[in-house]
Amino acid sequence: MALTETRPMQARAWIRRQSRWSVYEVLFWLAALLPFYFMPTYLTLASQVAIAALFALSVDLILGYAGIITLGHAMFFGLGAYCAGLITKAGWGEPLTGLLIAGAFAALVGWIMSFIIVRVRHLALLMITLGLGLLTAELANSMRWLTGGTDGLQGVDVWPIFGRYDFDLWGYTAYAYALVVLFLGVLLARRLVNSSFGLSLRGVRENLNRMPAIGSPYRRHLQTIYTISAGMAGVAGALLTQTTETVSLDTLSFQRSADVVVMLILGGTGRLYGGILGAIIFMVARDQLSDMNPQYWYFWIGILLVVVVLAMPGGILGGLARLVGKRGA
Amino acid sequence: MSEPVALRTEGLCKRFGSLEVARDISLTLPLGARHALIGPNGAGKTTLVNLITGQLRPDSGRIVLDGTDVTRFSTAARVKAGLARTFQINSLFPDLSPIEAVTLAVCERAGTAGQFWRSLSAHGDSIDEAYAILSRLGLGDVATRRTRTLAYGQQRLLEIALALATRPKVLLLDEPAAGVPKGESAELFRVIAELPKDISVLFIEHDMGIVFSFASRIVVLVSGGVLLEAEPEVIRTDPRVREVYLGHGAHG
Repeated sequence: MALTETRPMQARAWIRRQSRWSVYEVLFWLAALLPFYFMPTYLTLASQVAIAALFALSVDLILGYAGIITLGHAMFFGLGAYCAGLITKAGWGEPLTGLLIAGAFAALVGWIMSFIIVRVRHLALLMITLGLGLLTAELANSMRWLTGGTDGLQGVDVWPIFGRYDFDLWGYTAYAYALVVLFLGVLLARRLVNSSFGLSLRGVRENLNRMPAIGSPYRRHLQTIYTISAGMAGVAGALLTQTTETVSLDTLSFQRSADVVVMLILGGTGRLYGGILGAIIFMVARDQLSDMNPQYWYFWIGILLVVVVLAMPGGILGGLARLVGKRGA
Repeated sequence: MSEPVALRTEGLCKRFGSLEVARDISLTLPLGARHALIGPNGAGKTTLVNLITGQLRPDSGRIVLDGTDVTRFSTAARVKAGLARTFQINSLFPDLSPIEAVTLAVCERAGTAGQFWRSLSAHGDSIDEAYAILSRLGLGDVATRRTRTLAYGQQRLLEIALALATRPKVLLLDEPAAGVPKGESAELFRVIAELPKDISVLFIEHDMGIVFSFASRIVVLVSGGVLLEAEPEVIRTDPRVREVYLGHGAHG
C-alpha cells in the first residue's frame, strides 16, 4: 500500500530526471573555454564555430524536434545578419540591442512564413523552404541600394559591448560574446524541449495523425517553434555581422542552408548538442582541409557524411550515446 | 423517453464516387450508454467513427454532441468538446513513455501544452492525473518504459488511456480488443466496463459474446446503412441480422 502511495511521486521524479544536466554537458562547456588559454590563434575560428553551432541549434529545434525539414534556413540567418548590419549603418551600433532587434526581425518574418510552412509536408516542404530561401537571396542581390549586392554591406560599425569590450583583432571578445550567446541559446532550447510544449513537439514528430485525436492544435505549436527557430537563426546571423563587421550575400545562400543541415546530420538530430558537435567538426575540417587543398575539401565532408549516415543513423552523438549506453531500453 | 442525449447523428451521408459508405445514418447515444456497433466487414463501421470524430466530412447530415452541433468542427475541436476515440490499429507515440504520452494529452486538454517557458516537471498536477489514469488501467508499472517496448495488450490499453486523458463525454472505441488474444480481451473489457458511468460509450466489436454481454443496445450496420437498432435479445433472434451477419462466418 505504501508503495502505491509513492508511485505518483516516482512518475514526477522520472519526468524531472529526463531534463537533468548530464556530466557530459558540463564537461562540454568547460572544454569550450579551452581556446582562450591554449589556442589563442584559433579564437576567430572558434567564434565562427559558435555562430554556426547556434545556427545548427536553431535548425535542430524544427528539424530534430518538430520534424520540419528545411533547405532554406539561411534565409533567417541572412535576414538577421543584414538587419544587424543595417542598424549600425543607421547609427545605432550597440551590439546587444542590435542582436535582439535582428532576432526579433527574423522571428517576425519566420512567423509570417510559418502560416505556409505548417500546411505542407515532406518534399513540398523542402521545395517551399528552398524556394523562399532562393527568393530572399535574389531579393537581397537585386536591392543593391540597401544591401550592397555582391560587394556586401560595407561600413558596419559595432560599438564595444557594454561600452567597454571592443571587438579585438585576436577575437577574444568575439569568441566570448558568441560563446555566451550560444550558451543562452542552449539554455532556451533546453527549457523549450523539456517543457510541455517540447513534449507536444515530440508528439508531432512521433505521430502527427494522433495529435488531433488528443485535441492538440498542433499547427499552432509548429508555428511557435518555427518562429522561435527563425529568431534564433537571425541572432546567429547578427552575431556573424557584429563579430566580422561585414555582411555578404553568402549569409543568405543555399550553400549555407545546406551546410547547416549537413552539420546537424553529422552531429545527430534531436539532441541539442548534435548540431554543435556537427558545427565543430564541419568548421574545423573546413579550416584544416582547405589549407591542404582549397578546392576539394567538400570531398572529405561528403565521405564523412556518407559514412555517418550509413553507419550511425543517429549521427555521431547518437552513435556515442549508444556506446555509452545512456539511452538503452 | 426524454433521457439526456450525449451524441446524436442525423441523416449522415458520405459517398466516395459511386461507393456509398454512409447512408442516412441517424443514431442516438443517451448519457451513460454502452452501445455496440456491429456489422460485416466493409459495412462502414470505421467510416462512421471517422465521420463522427471529424477525420471525414459528411456530404450531408448533422452531428450533435451534448446539444452542440459539431458537424463543422475540426477533429481537435470535437475532442475539446468532449468526443474522444481510440483506433482499431494502434496509433501511439512509439518513442514516448506512457506517462509522457498521457501527460501530453492531459496538458493539451488543460490548454497548457503550448507553454514553452515552463519545465514539464512544473506541471505536477497533470503528471499526477496522467499517472492516475495509467494506474487505473493497470499500466502504472510500465508508465516509464518506452511505448514501443510494451506488450500489445498494454498498447491497446494505452490507446484507451490517451482517450480518457481528454476527459471525454463520449468515447468511441474502434475494436478495442482487435488483435488481442481471447483470454486477454476479457481484461480489456473489464477496464471498459469500469469506465465512469457519465462517459457514454459506443464500441465496435466483432466478438459476439462480448457484444451481447456489454452492450445495452446494438446497432447493426450493413453496407453503409443502419439495418436495425435494438436490444441484444432482439438482435440475437432477428432473422435479418442472422442472415447478413451471424449467417456468414460469425466468430466463435
